[in-house]
Amino acid sequence: MTDFLELVVAKYNYWIYITLMMIGLYAIIAKNNLVKKILGMNIFQTAIILFYVSTGVKEGATIPILEHAHGPAHGAETHAIHAADYMNPLPHVLMLTAIVVGVATLGVALALALRVYRHYNTLEEDEILAQIRKK
Amino acid sequence: MKIIGLIIALTTGGFLVYAAVDFPDWADPQSPASTHVSPHYIEKTMEETSVPNIVTAVLADYRTFDTMFETTVIFSAAVACFFILRTFLREEERRERLYRHVLTGVTVRVKEGGKIPPSDDFERIDDSWIPHDLIIKTICRLLVPFIQIFALYVVAHGHHSPGGGFQGGVIFGASIIVLAMSHDLRTVLQRIGEKVVGVLCAMGVLLYAGTGALCLLLGLNFLDYSALAPVLGVGPVMARSHGILIVEIGVAIAVTTAMVWIYNNVSSRGKYDEGL
Amino acid sequence: MSQQYPALVVVVPLLSAFLISPAGWANKRLCFPIALVALAMATGSAVGLLFRVMNEGVIVYRLAGWDPPWGISYYVDHLNALVLVVVAVVALANLIPAKKSIEREFPDNQGAFYTLYILMVTGLLGIVVTGDAFNLYVLLEIAALTGYGLLAMGEGGRAPLATLNYLYMGTIGACFYLLGVGYLYIMTGSLNMVDIAGLLPSIYESKAVVAAFIICMVGVWLKMAFFPLHAWLPNSYTYASSPASSLIAPLATKVMIYVMIRLILTVFTPDFTFITLSISKAVVWLAVVAIVMGAFLALKERSLKKMLTYIIVAEVGYMVGGAWLGNRAGMTGAILHIANDALMTLCVFLAVGNIVYRTKGHHFENLQGLFKKMPFTMGGFVIGAVSIIGVPPTCGFFSKWYLITGAIQSGQYHFMVALLFSSLVSVVLFFRVIEISYYEPFSDHHGHGHDHHTTPMEEAPLSMVIPLLIVAAGLILVGLYTGDIVEHIISFAVPEGLV
Repeated sequence: MTDFLELVVAKYNYWIYITLMMIGLYAIIAKNNLVKKILGMNIFQTAIILFYVSTGVKEGATIPILEHAHGPAHGAETHAIHAADYMNPLPHVLMLTAIVVGVATLGVALALALRVYRHYNTLEEDEILAQIRKK
Repeated sequence: MKIIGLIIALTTGGFLVYAAVDFPDWADPQSPASTHVSPHYIEKTMEETSVPNIVTAVLADYRTFDTMFETTVIFSAAVACFFILRTFLREEERRERLYRHVLTGVTVRVKEGGKIPPSDDFERIDDSWIPHDLIIKTICRLLVPFIQIFALYVVAHGHHSPGGGFQGGVIFGASIIVLAMSHDLRTVLQRIGEKVVGVLCAMGVLLYAGTGALCLLLGLNFLDYSALAPVLGVGPVMARSHGILIVEIGVAIAVTTAMVWIYNNVSSRGKYDEGL
Repeated sequence: MSQQYPALVVVVPLLSAFLISPAGWANKRLCFPIALVALAMATGSAVGLLFRVMNEGVIVYRLAGWDPPWGISYYVDHLNALVLVVVAVVALANLIPAKKSIEREFPDNQGAFYTLYILMVTGLLGIVVTGDAFNLYVLLEIAALTGYGLLAMGEGGRAPLATLNYLYMGTIGACFYLLGVGYLYIMTGSLNMVDIAGLLPSIYESKAVVAAFIICMVGVWLKMAFFPLHAWLPNSYTYASSPASSLIAPLATKVMIYVMIRLILTVFTPDFTFITLSISKAVVWLAVVAIVMGAFLALKERSLKKMLTYIIVAEVGYMVGGAWLGNRAGMTGAILHIANDALMTLCVFLAVGNIVYRTKGHHFENLQGLFKKMPFTMGGFVIGAVSIIGVPPTCGFFSKWYLITGAIQSGQYHFMVALLFSSLVSVVLFFRVIEISYYEPFSDHHGHGHDHHTTPMEEAPLSMVIPLLIVAAGLILVGLYTGDIVEHIISFAVPEGLV
C-alpha cells in the first residue's frame, strides 16, 4: 500500500496533466457546439505543453539563464558552470514551438468556424447536420 | 456521442497512466532527459555562442531550423486566415455609406454617386456602430507607446534575460490590437494598411530564411552563423551571437504582423469594416 | 553545390513562398512563374539527391553546423530519396493544370493560394527528409495548416464544415504524435531518430516505450485515414476545389505512411516491431477490414470524386497491411505502392479536375457522353482506373503482386483475399463510370439533348490535358521499370534483417 502511495506522490505531475488531457479530449468528441470543441482542442494541447515542461525540472536548480556570465569585460571571474545548477532548457525550447503551433491552429479553426456560421447561421453541430439533410 | 467520448477518454487516460509508471520521478536530476543531451547545452553555451540565456541559444542556434519553421507556421496561419475569410466586396460598398458628424452626432447617409463629406468633421461608421467610451480610448492611447517600448526591450534583451523574438513580437502586436479594440479597426488601418501588414509578415520570415541562405552561399551549411564572421567582421563565436540577434528581429517582425493580420481578418469577418 | 542538395530541396520552395506572397499584392501574374521555377529546382535537387544516395549510401546533413544529437540533422537514405522524388514530381505535375482552375475559382486571392500551395509542398518535403523527431512534428503542422487553408474554399458551406472536422481529427493526431515523442524523450533524453534507435534496445521491455510506440502509431494512423479513423477524409477532399484536392489527395496520406514506415524500420527497429511487440497480426486484420470497408463504402456513392476518396481509404489499407506483414516482399510492396499510388491518384484526380472544369460538377449525371466530348481526358482516366484495378503493364499491378507474394510468404491469406476482393470491386466501380460516360448520350441540362451523332469535342484547355497524358504515360513507364526500381533503390531501403 505504501509502495502504491509513494508511486502516486513521486510522479504526481504526470497524473495531473494526463487528467487535463483527457478533459480536453472528451470535450472535442462529446460537445455539440463548434467553439466548445475548439476550446477542448486548446486544453488538450496546453496539457501536453505542461507535461513536457514538467519533465525539465531538477531539484534545487534555477532557471536556465547563466548567472555571473557577462564575460571578463565586466571584471567578473568565470565561475565553473555545473549542469546540476540549471534546469533542463530543451523542453522549454520545444514547448515554445508547440505554443506557437497551438495559437496558429486556434486562429485557423476560428476562421473556419466563422465561415461555417456565415453559411448556416448556427454553431451547433446537430442543427447544421439537420440543415444539410434537408437539402 | 457523450458516452462514446467518455469511454474513449477513460480508456486513453488509463492507458497513458499505466505507461507513465515507468517514468522518472518528479524533479529527478538523474533522469535520462537531464543527463543525455542537456549538459552539453548548459556547459558549452557561453564558450560556443557567448549568449547567457541558454533557452535563446538553443532556440536560435542549436535548433534554429525548428524555429524557422515555427515562424513559417505562424506566417502560413495568417495567410490561411486571410485566404479563408477575406471578401473583397466592391459593390456593397458603393451602394451606400454612413458618415457621422463628430461634434453633434448627426448621421448622414450618402447614396451611390453622392458627395462624400470632408473627413475632418465626419467619420465613417457602419450599421452596428456603438459610441466609444472616452476613458477607455484615452487610457489605451496613452499606454500604447509604453507597451511598444517594452516590446522592443524584450526583443533586444533576449540574450541576457527571458525574452526573444516571439515574446516581444506578441507584445508589440498586442499594442496594435489594443488600439484596434478601443477605437475601431479603421483607425488602425489608416495607420498601417492591409498591404503593408501582409508584405512585412513575409519580409520578417524572409529575413530569417535569407540569413540562412546567406550562410549557405558563403560556403557552410544552412543557418550556420559562423559563416557570417567575415561579413560582420567579428570572430566566429560573436558572429553566432549576432546571427541570433538578426534572426530574432526577423521573428519579431513576422510575429507582430501575423498577429495583427489574423486579428484584422477574424474580427471583421473578412470585410475590413469597423471590426469589434 | 551538390553537397547542399538536402537543404536546397526544402529551402528553395520555402524562400519562394515568401516572395510569392508580396508578389501577389503587386501583380498577380508573377506568382505562377515563381512557383514553377521553385518547384522545378526542388525536383532537380530531389533527383540529384537520389543519384547521390544511390552512389554514396546514407547521407547525413548537419543543419547549422552542429553534430547530432545536439543539433538537427537530415538523414537521407534510399527510402527517403525515393519518396522525395515522388512528392516533388507530383507537386510539379499538378501545378501546371492548376493555373487555369485557380484563375477561374479564386480570381482575387491568387497570391494567397500559390503561397499556401508552395508552403504545403515545403512541409511535405521537409517531413520526408528530416532525421529529427520533433522537427517532423513542426513540419507536420505546416503541412496540416496549409492543407486546412487550401481545402476550406470549396463548395458552399460544406467545405468549411468538412475542413473543421478534419482540423479536429488532424490536431488530435498530431498531438498524439507529439505525446509519443515526449514519452520517448523522457525515456531516452534524445530527439534524433538514429540516436533514439541506439538508446532504445536496452529499455525495450519498459511499458513506457511500448506505450510511446502505440501512441505514435495511433497519431500517425489518424492522419493517414486508416479505418476506423478515416471519417474526415471523404468529405474534406470531395468538397474542396480541384487544384487543392488534386495536390493533397495523392500526397498527404502517402507521406504519413512514409512516417509510419520510418518509425517501424529506423526508430523502433524491426526486432521490436515484429518480435517484441506481438500486435502485427492484429494490425494486418485491421488493414483487411479497412480494405473491405473502403471498397464497400465506395460502391454506394453517386459522386465520382467521393468514390475516389473511398478508394484512397482502401489503398491506405493496402500499404499499412503490407508494411505490417513483417517480411521483405510485403515491405517492398508497401514502399513501391507509395510511389505508385501517388501517381495513380494524381492521374484520376487530374481527370476529375478537367471534368469539373468543363461540366461544373462531379456527380455521375455530369459524366454522360463524356467519351465523345472529352476523349483525351477520359483516355487518361481509363489508364488510371486500369492501374488502380491492377492490370499489367501499369504500375498498380506490380505493387499488388509484391503485396500478394508477401501475404502468401507470411501465411496471412486473409490479406491476399482482401486484395483480390478490392480489385474486383474496383472493376465494378470503374466499369460503371465508363459505361455512363461511353454509352449514355450527353444531355444538355437546359432541355433537350443534342443530336447524338455530332457531339462536338469540347476538351479542357491544353495546359490541363497534356500533364494528365504525361502522368498516364508515366504510370505505364514506371510499371515497365519496376524491376530496376526495386533492385537499385527499394532493396536497399528495407534493412537486411527483414526476411
